[in-house]
Amino acid sequence: MKNSILPWHIGGILLAASFLLAVMIVKPIGVSTQFVIADAAMWDLVQPDIITEDSTSKSGYASPNAYLNKSGGKYAKNAANPLNYSFIFVIAMMFGAFLSSVTKGDKPTREQKHMPEIWRERFGDSRAKRYIVTFIAGFAVLFGARLAGGCTSGHMMSGMMQTALSGYLFAAGMFATSIPLAIFIFKKNK
Amino acid sequence: MELLLAIIIGTFFGFALNRVGATNPENIINMLRLNDLRLMKVILLAIGLSSILLFAGMYFGAIDASHISIKTAYCGVIAGGAILGIGFAISGYCPGTGLAAAATGRKDAIFFALGGLGGAFAFTLLYGWIKGNTHLFDKIAGGAVSIAQSGNDKYEALLPAINGSVVGIALGAIFVVIAVALPKKIL
Repeated sequence: MKNSILPWHIGGILLAASFLLAVMIVKPIGVSTQFVIADAAMWDLVQPDIITEDSTSKSGYASPNAYLNKSGGKYAKNAANPLNYSFIFVIAMMFGAFLSSVTKGDKPTREQKHMPEIWRERFGDSRAKRYIVTFIAGFAVLFGARLAGGCTSGHMMSGMMQTALSGYLFAAGMFATSIPLAIFIFKKNK
Repeated sequence: MELLLAIIIGTFFGFALNRVGATNPENIINMLRLNDLRLMKVILLAIGLSSILLFAGMYFGAIDASHISIKTAYCGVIAGGAILGIGFAISGYCPGTGLAAAATGRKDAIFFALGGLGGAFAFTLLYGWIKGNTHLFDKIAGGAVSIAQSGNDKYEALLPAINGSVVGIALGAIFVVIAVALPKKIL
């Protein structure tokens, strides 16, 4: 069955509504920080002294790790209490995507579940190859996002919506590598 | 209450991501190779429309300026964006769409997310060193600044002399015009 994707202008309105609704009711949308929160929560399970309660810190939590301890232990606090707005938001986002995919949204076929068509045409149908490469790509994406302090949703969409300089700089950096690279690696060989 | 809002807004956002085709890496890759710019038109229109409505909403008092949250501009924003762009082009996933795609049953997106947990953890360990030994966290143009005056005193504007609503709505309108004018295919 053909996937039903909205016409671009309707899609744009829907996406605009979600970003606007978020800033109107709570705060701008962001996703990539929650990878750090998930990491830190797991890290704390293995090594319980990585997040400690600390009444002298602004958030009430502290960490010997400089990143988790930054901004008054903000990340340490959220990792100690994963049932917070931003973390639940990301879980709900996944649920929303699932809900859409089972109600005539974009749903991958059996083959697309492992890799997109364009990858198969260019690099063959080895699943292991695609999985290893996407793992490495995911590593780069989140490392880059944390260095940048946000990702496509936080910096580019939410940031540019608010006319933030950082959003423009992020988009410039991202497209400067992604466009030439995508053109180069996914060149059609016909 | 806040958690209920997280569930409602998060679900709506994830639903929208899937409905515009952003959870399909094929669409992302085709956008980046300038072969199918439909998704780029969606993104530009979304930024433009939300910007217009945000600044209009703040002007009419329907949106509280305290909700504005401007991220700091520093060298690492550009460098990090560039590193992200490499993985984005190869996989066709960014952090949000990768997780959303995994939820629609894409197995490669699960590996993307696992790699993402690794990358975020590597950064968590290296942050202290990067901060102490590089200039990547040096602020650009004052750091947390916006082009338009946001009405939130925490952030400075690059164009303080002009009314913030005018600048915000004008910039939003420019995005909408580009979204409409952009061809669906360049290469």
